[in-house]
Amino acid sequence: MSNYHTKTVTELSAMLQAGEVSSVELTRYFLDRIKNSDDKLNSFITVCEEQAMVQAKESDEKLKTGNAPALTGVPIAHKDIFCTDGVKTSCGSKMLDSFISPYDATVVTNMRNAGVVMLGKTNMDEFAMGSSNETSFYGAVKNPWNLKAVPGGSSGGSAAAVGARLAPASTGTDTGGSIRQPAAFCGITGLKPTYGRVSRFGMIAFASSLDQAGPMGQSASDCALLLNAMAGFDDKDSTSIEKSVPDYSADLNKPLDGLRIGLPKEYFEHTEGGMNAEVEATIKAALDQYKAMGAELIEIELPNSGLSVPVYYVVAPAECSTNLSRFDGVRYGYRCEDPKDLNDLYTRSRGEAFGAEVQRRIMVGTYALSSGYYDAYYLKAQKLRHLISDDFTKAYEKVDVIMAPATPETAFNIGEKTDDPISMYLSDIYTIAVNLAGIPAMSIPVGFANNSSGVSMPVGMQIIGNHFEEAKLLNVAHQYQQKTDWHKQMPEEFQ
Amino acid sequence: MSIEVDEVKKIAKLAALNVDDADLQSYATNLSNILDLVAQMDAVDTTGVTPMSHPFDAVQRLREDKVTEVDRREAFQKIAPNTEDGLYLVPKVIE
Repeated sequence: MSNYHTKTVTELSAMLQAGEVSSVELTRYFLDRIKNSDDKLNSFITVCEEQAMVQAKESDEKLKTGNAPALTGVPIAHKDIFCTDGVKTSCGSKMLDSFISPYDATVVTNMRNAGVVMLGKTNMDEFAMGSSNETSFYGAVKNPWNLKAVPGGSSGGSAAAVGARLAPASTGTDTGGSIRQPAAFCGITGLKPTYGRVSRFGMIAFASSLDQAGPMGQSASDCALLLNAMAGFDDKDSTSIEKSVPDYSADLNKPLDGLRIGLPKEYFEHTEGGMNAEVEATIKAALDQYKAMGAELIEIELPNSGLSVPVYYVVAPAECSTNLSRFDGVRYGYRCEDPKDLNDLYTRSRGEAFGAEVQRRIMVGTYALSSGYYDAYYLKAQKLRHLISDDFTKAYEKVDVIMAPATPETAFNIGEKTDDPISMYLSDIYTIAVNLAGIPAMSIPVGFANNSSGVSMPVGMQIIGNHFEEAKLLNVAHQYQQKTDWHKQMPEEFQ
Repeated sequence: MSIEVDEVKKIAKLAALNVDDADLQSYATNLSNILDLVAQMDAVDTTGVTPMSHPFDAVQRLREDKVTEVDRREAFQKIAPNTEDGLYLVPKVIE
């Protein structure tokens, strides 16, 4: 009996290249897994059965030539925020429920050129605004480790699908933690690259100065392979970085002797809303493992990091209110019935098709940018952003990477935080500063800890690097994964 | 910071959002709470700090002024709610 779902992308890629399995067989296998199990999770919005099988056949032809790229024939899932030509691209919103994209996002094009087969589009918080995947128009996604718990968000469908091995890997996007927090909650490995490393073209915009796409997979080695395909300069994205892409797999095996790991004192302080005791114990055990591998632990300070959440809730809503003004019911997307005039068409289409969290953020952003308030909010936030970013620059004079919890607690239950937006926002306290500074960071599984309902759930630890240090992060994560097997754990229900 | 219902109405109008009267109070409460959170920013003096608009202080890249896009009007209009003769239809603006 085949057990392809227990294989990483790295392993599947080797099997495909060696002709031990065909892409058609593999793609069929995962499509069947989705069909049989996704009712429990709701991790997919669209499954692309026909297209996937066509792409798989093409991949098998390429594999026969003997010089197909590494990911040829590997089936993966794309977050439904990426435009996919001829395929529904909903961004988790009623606004785009009928939107069939007329073009591909650069990430999708790059992945296809690298030979990847698209299984389908994963569920997500509406317009990526949420930390639990509960704001999706298509309903909440469930955590494969416990179906009562959330998978995190906004890339909740991507994380749940990989956690349950309905897809070997997926793509995600991260504006304030949307790759790392769900990766942590679902026990998988996720990487948010440096701002500008991966093209934003065709990725539906939320907060343009923070949005960044990245891979979500079972291991650091998988994320390296996926990032090799995703990253690169794109002249269709005005903030894309013109810098050559290294081979992210090249440094994976470097030893960690002498690695200087910074531990931000602010993140390890015992404060209200900070990391709970069980998460802390798990993180400390992981740090001990790094010490045993030759790394040095150094306390550092990020004195302005405590302002990350307030700064983010000005910058992100301000940019979201601007970006989402394009949804006007005229050129694409939802239009209300029988508009009585043009203004009614705009306001009713938007009022009927945006969910409550999206409307809240649009209103906060509109307020912060409105006449007379700009300096007090947006400008003030941009100044503080500089201070937060400078804290990291200073820290990297003393350390190579920074380690921190990904979340203060493990996956909470569905409905637990929906009545209180602020408590939901605070679940991202450890991830947001990274986006404000534009630096790369990963989340890797490092153990388990009880959630507020007493259920044992995965814990994620962040590894944060300086600009363009993705290869180092992947190396640091990979070495840990050579000595531990947390990343290989699979939820019982999906084994 | 307290936002009243009347202010929510004003913001919603600026944001081109039609908000049901029944939802106004809960938005007022939510927005007030969010602005309270945001007010924590005032604790830090930022006199003389340059605002950060890009992580690398990069400037906007310019491209050569030449046509690079092909005409895809039909494909783009196929996904529009209402079109006619290559135009997007909306309710009459001028009587």
